[in-house]
Amino acid sequence: MKIAVTSTGKAVESAIDPRFGRAPFILIVDDDCNLIEAIDNSTNVNAFRGAGIQAAKTIADRKVDMLLTGRCGPNAFTALGAAGIKVGIEQSGTIREAIERVKKNEVSFADKPNAEAHW
Amino acid sequence: MKELTVISGKGGTGKTSIAASFAFLAKNRVLADCDVDAADLHILAQPEIIHQEDFFGGKKAVIDHDKCSLCGICKENCRYSAISASFVVDHTACEGCALCHYLCPESAITMEETLNGKWFISNTRFGPMVHANLIPGEENSGKLVALVRNQAKLIAEERNMDIVIVDGAPGVGCPVISSITGVDHVVVVTEPTMSGLHDMKRAAELVRHFNIPISLVINKWDIHPGMTAEIEEFAKSGNISLAGKIPYDRAVTDSMVKRRTVVEEGPGPASDAIIEVWEHLNQRIWQ
Amino acid sequence: MIVAVASGKGGTGKTTVATSLALVLETRSQILDCDVEEPNCHILLKPTILATDTVNLPVPSVDLEKCTLCGKCGEVCQFSAIVPIGKTVIAFPELCHGCGACSMLCPEEAIHEVPRSLGVVETGMAGSVEFVQGRIRIGEAMAPPLIRAVKTRIDSDKLAILDAPPGASCPVITTVKGADFVIMVTEPTPFGLNDLVIAVEAIQGLGIPMGVVINRSDIGDSAVKDFCHNKGLPLLMEVPHHRKIAEGYAKGAPLIESMPEYAHKFRKLTDDISMIIGTPSKGSSL
Repeated sequence: MKIAVTSTGKAVESAIDPRFGRAPFILIVDDDCNLIEAIDNSTNVNAFRGAGIQAAKTIADRKVDMLLTGRCGPNAFTALGAAGIKVGIEQSGTIREAIERVKKNEVSFADKPNAEAHW
Repeated sequence: MKELTVISGKGGTGKTSIAASFAFLAKNRVLADCDVDAADLHILAQPEIIHQEDFFGGKKAVIDHDKCSLCGICKENCRYSAISASFVVDHTACEGCALCHYLCPESAITMEETLNGKWFISNTRFGPMVHANLIPGEENSGKLVALVRNQAKLIAEERNMDIVIVDGAPGVGCPVISSITGVDHVVVVTEPTMSGLHDMKRAAELVRHFNIPISLVINKWDIHPGMTAEIEEFAKSGNISLAGKIPYDRAVTDSMVKRRTVVEEGPGPASDAIIEVWEHLNQRIWQ
Repeated sequence: MIVAVASGKGGTGKTTVATSLALVLETRSQILDCDVEEPNCHILLKPTILATDTVNLPVPSVDLEKCTLCGKCGEVCQFSAIVPIGKTVIAFPELCHGCGACSMLCPEEAIHEVPRSLGVVETGMAGSVEFVQGRIRIGEAMAPPLIRAVKTRIDSDKLAILDAPPGASCPVITTVKGADFVIMVTEPTPFGLNDLVIAVEAIQGLGIPMGVVINRSDIGDSAVKDFCHNKGLPLLMEVPHHRKIAEGYAKGAPLIESMPEYAHKFRKLTDDISMIIGTPSKGSSL
């Protein structure tokens, strides 16, 4: 399984960034938290609208199965849903800790967006 | 950390004077001037700029006349009438959609970043302030508002500050929406006139649209007590909490001429009322 | 003749000037409220609305049967308003600017356009004055296309008065573009001056002649007058702060109703403007 996590840095020990579209990095890891790719999301950080949509497309193009983040707005949520990506929300701590929670089935998956549309 | 935005619907109701007064009264705060079209907060805050950056809002089409064969395809298909008879792009009309770039058979049109303004991080006697200047006539103010707000939030998070006070734009359009989405509380400043009531209703509807808690302030309430009563009635029926009423006081303009907030000038009718409003709001925000 | 009334700073009396100007010219004038976010002319003019037209923006709708998921639409759209993702394509109509790029460039012709409502244009009569206003739908961000729709109603045989939005960015430029003259309404305070400077700078780029009306001219300081003098901007009129005007405004009464002695000043204003731009005034009392 491929998991995308919004991150403040490039390593799996970095802290999770709660923002989806505007996180500086998005890390793609496997079930055992081996880093597959660290995506530099800086072009998106300063996007006006549609940052979440573009981030969703970025991870969907990489055939990711699950996203772990803090908050997810309505447009990104729609886009992720269309790509069949499960959205684990309200995640904090490091990327490694979040993956541990996935293993223990402690992640709650969103059935609706948990943030307002951001401009 | 909380984010509080002051808006008004109608212009000229005293939004910036009140926001600046809140900035003086708040502790441990960051200011963000999101009225980037006609930014006035700096007049009262007297910022000392410590960092500045160019703002590139978006791309605009540029036609290379050496490559252009004058076929006219770009001009025919542009829905913004942004291309002139002599194939020059009108910057104020171009939306940056890039349709012409994709349609041009000669590949003569490129999309180039345009400088829309500057943004600043400053020190003020109220603490850090993030503000911006849009180049007059340029677009993308909504995007610049988003940038200013994000920077202010970053500073607040980095320095562990309690509150970001945002001076929003008038109206109910793009820059206003951009200055209220996702904030913790919105204060709508209005005045007791028909226009004030009308515009406040639209502004309140907008805030509701985004599900944000809202408080109302009636400024210059005594210039028309009858209309004030009508506004209070509307607030009550619409479940909008009234944070307070501020009387008309020439001291507000006098202090503005001195480039200070009215609350810094000592006690007085407006000053006292603003302090009361702020205490009330503070309770609501942190409750 | 087309005269736009703009202000930079909001609440300086722009609508007060625009409506009184329209009223003194009666049948010879037409007022178009281009402040579509907060249209206020109707409050002072109390028009009878005779027609309401919805203004739409064309936004994409995808026929997934024809779509081959080639990705072209997502590549060309600059606004993230259409995105091929997974095994589908999603449109986000509220992000769309209506440029038509996706539908025009789709190789399969799988995208057609459907309307998204931006707001309405209302037309009617306020006494003998022809009245037009735009009103944006709450939550809608795109004012310029609606302003352009309002401006299609301009009757060039009359003196068309455009009440512009405050500020100095795209909605203001969209409004004043094509006008013969811009009246800038301001107040003599540091805020009024700061915003006047910005608005003048924005409009200067369009090469339209301007003049200034100073409202509540007896408050604040003299910096606005100094600025006009240095810039060579004609000072068209001064309106001192007057309780009768403020009270009238609060109740929704136009200035020339609260202070009928101002009627001749507003008539003179159109004559002065005609003189400045060098065309015979269609609204002239002569």
